[in-house]
Amino acid sequence: MLKRVHFPRSALPYLLVAPQILITLVFFIWPASQAVYQSFLIEDAFGLSTEFVWFENFELLVDDEQYLQSFGRTIFFSAAVALLSMSAALVLAGFADRVVRGATAYRTLMIWPYAVAPVLAGALWVFMFNPTLGIFPFLLDMVGIDWNHYLNGTHAMMLVIFAAAWKQIAYNFLFYLAAMQSIPRSLIEAAAIDGAGPVRRFVDHIFPLISPTTFFLLVINAVYAFFDTFGIIHAVTQGGPANSTTILVYKVFNDGFVGLDLGGSAAQSVILMVLVIAMTVVQFRFIERKVEY
Amino acid sequence: MASITLKDLVKAYGDTEVLHHVEGEISDGEFIVVVGPSGCGKSTLLRMVAGLETVTSGTICIGDKVVNQLEPADRDIAMVFQNYALYPHMSVRENMAYGLKIRKISKDEIARRVEEAADILELRPYLERKPRQLSGGQRQRVAMGRAIVRNPQVFLFDEPLSNLDAKLRVQMRLEIRKLQQRLGVTSIYVTHDQVEAMTLGDRLMVLNGGYVEQFGTPIELYDRPATTFVAGFIGSPAMNFLPATVSAGMATLGNGARLANAGAANGAVTLGIRPEHLLQDDAGPVRVTVELVEQLGANSLLHGKLEGTDIEMVVSQPGHMSAAAGTVMGFVPANGALHLFHAETGKRIEP
Ligand SMILES: Nc1ncnc2c1ncn2[C@@H]1O[C@H](COP(=O)(O)OP(=O)(O)OP(=O)(O)O)[C@@H](O)[C@H]1O
Ligand SMILES: [Mg+2]
Repeated sequence: MLKRVHFPRSALPYLLVAPQILITLVFFIWPASQAVYQSFLIEDAFGLSTEFVWFENFELLVDDEQYLQSFGRTIFFSAAVALLSMSAALVLAGFADRVVRGATAYRTLMIWPYAVAPVLAGALWVFMFNPTLGIFPFLLDMVGIDWNHYLNGTHAMMLVIFAAAWKQIAYNFLFYLAAMQSIPRSLIEAAAIDGAGPVRRFVDHIFPLISPTTFFLLVINAVYAFFDTFGIIHAVTQGGPANSTTILVYKVFNDGFVGLDLGGSAAQSVILMVLVIAMTVVQFRFIERKVEY
Repeated sequence: MASITLKDLVKAYGDTEVLHHVEGEISDGEFIVVVGPSGCGKSTLLRMVAGLETVTSGTICIGDKVVNQLEPADRDIAMVFQNYALYPHMSVRENMAYGLKIRKISKDEIARRVEEAADILELRPYLERKPRQLSGGQRQRVAMGRAIVRNPQVFLFDEPLSNLDAKLRVQMRLEIRKLQQRLGVTSIYVTHDQVEAMTLGDRLMVLNGGYVEQFGTPIELYDRPATTFVAGFIGSPAMNFLPATVSAGMATLGNGARLANAGAANGAVTLGIRPEHLLQDDAGPVRVTVELVEQLGANSLLHGKLEGTDIEMVVSQPGHMSAAAGTVMGFVPANGALHLFHAETGKRIEP
């Protein structure tokens, strides 16, 4: 039997958590509930009257070809961002793990991109890929690729994927490096004595042993690509050309503030909210179970 | 199978030299134990042979081949680590098979060898388990199994038993020795436990502060220790050291007592007598003021001080014995049991 410890009742613990609860209420719960409420309303084009319509906004979304396309695009976008930034980070961390001299400098440099604001990161990539001024279109032109992300939807998509992935590499790198460094040195040495070269050691031992980190990062990166890439998209393509980079978060903004369909926009954000909650739950469930070797 | 030759081996980390000009010839099939206190460079030496540490200068040969520049994988060695270093995500079978798989040995041959090793080590029932589902002793055996399936030229052991409890340690010690004799593989075994060293090794290399103090058979080390360090390190309880001056074959101790048979030395020396080489004799010249007697059953350990001085002494007497604290007992050294060491350098002076 567990003994329950009894403390004298006092208001102090409640006072101590009060600020946290207040912040959560004001900045999270209240806006969220507003969004849910809004998603049940349809407003006329002039904003003069609103009507409570229950789930009509959601029904409209399900039938909306553009919304479904955007959904598919978002899934592709997040998968690409997660894959690209995680594999790049994995390779870099693999090298950093082997570096002995100048390791701190190398790691510090690696972390910088994370400190760059999304919009700035976007601006940076726009500049580098500017079809007339940028360095990359110039180089690509030499191998016969006519780069123009203002006109070509595929190019635009690639560019936002690069920009979003680049920004996330630092974060992934830190986690991967920490995971790799927590693998006992002697284990890798044993593999070396068993005859495994660096690549083989990575594939056979390091990668399986850091799989819990990979899973964790997969969720984090998916959430990032789903919800945190608004700034980058806004700076790089504004969702264009022809909606080819309009992912869900961008569509929420576009439909709500540009298209002024507040009800539809709110319904979309409620769907996003449900998605993020689902992902978080999945993550906690798996993390708690401690991935088994 | 192969011999190992260490020539003028030096290891330095930056400016600090941790191994100084180590020399050693290890013949084919020999079991060598490297022993010494913590931090003396045992692991470093072993890891240099394994190829896990670079050689600062000097050469290491396995067989007739200089291996200084070879990768660990190309040295045909197997190593058992102190923490076993088993692959946690692989089953016992996969752990043992891994090295063979990399060497592209056929599946049937791998299965045969793994099962043979599992039989020797009594690991059959555990082949499909993961390392975390095994006890410490079983893990230790898996680590051994991983080494023997490879059938390498050299076994390297870095304190493989230090994580086991005392009883298991004695048992595994015997098993390792039997296994090595059966397979006849040249082995280097690192430990800081002198009993382990004495019982396992064909020859011991005693390291101290990165210097080889002595390299010889356990009996050589016991009978003719080359330095006071070796003399104090080998044998339990440790040898008694008494400062003395010698002239004309007679040694005079600090309290004026005189001992004969002190050999050819002259001047200030350190006199060494093992506790078990002092025989009780009421008229004996070595007189000890008793402080405490430990009864071990088979023998008794008498702790005290050389009469009239502050020099600690231990005497081991067979059978039971009791003596009140404060009594003075006389002892005489057994024939030829006196060791003489240079008072300053600690080097042995041959009689
Ligand atoms: N990477 C390193 N850089 C600098 N000094 C080191 C390094 N590795 C070991 N040393 C030093 O080398 C010396 C020998 O270390 P080593 O690990 O060989 O000792 P050991 O005899 O195995 O000790 P123990 O019985 O505690 O395992 C120690 O003084 C240690 O501080
Ligand atoms: Mg060591």
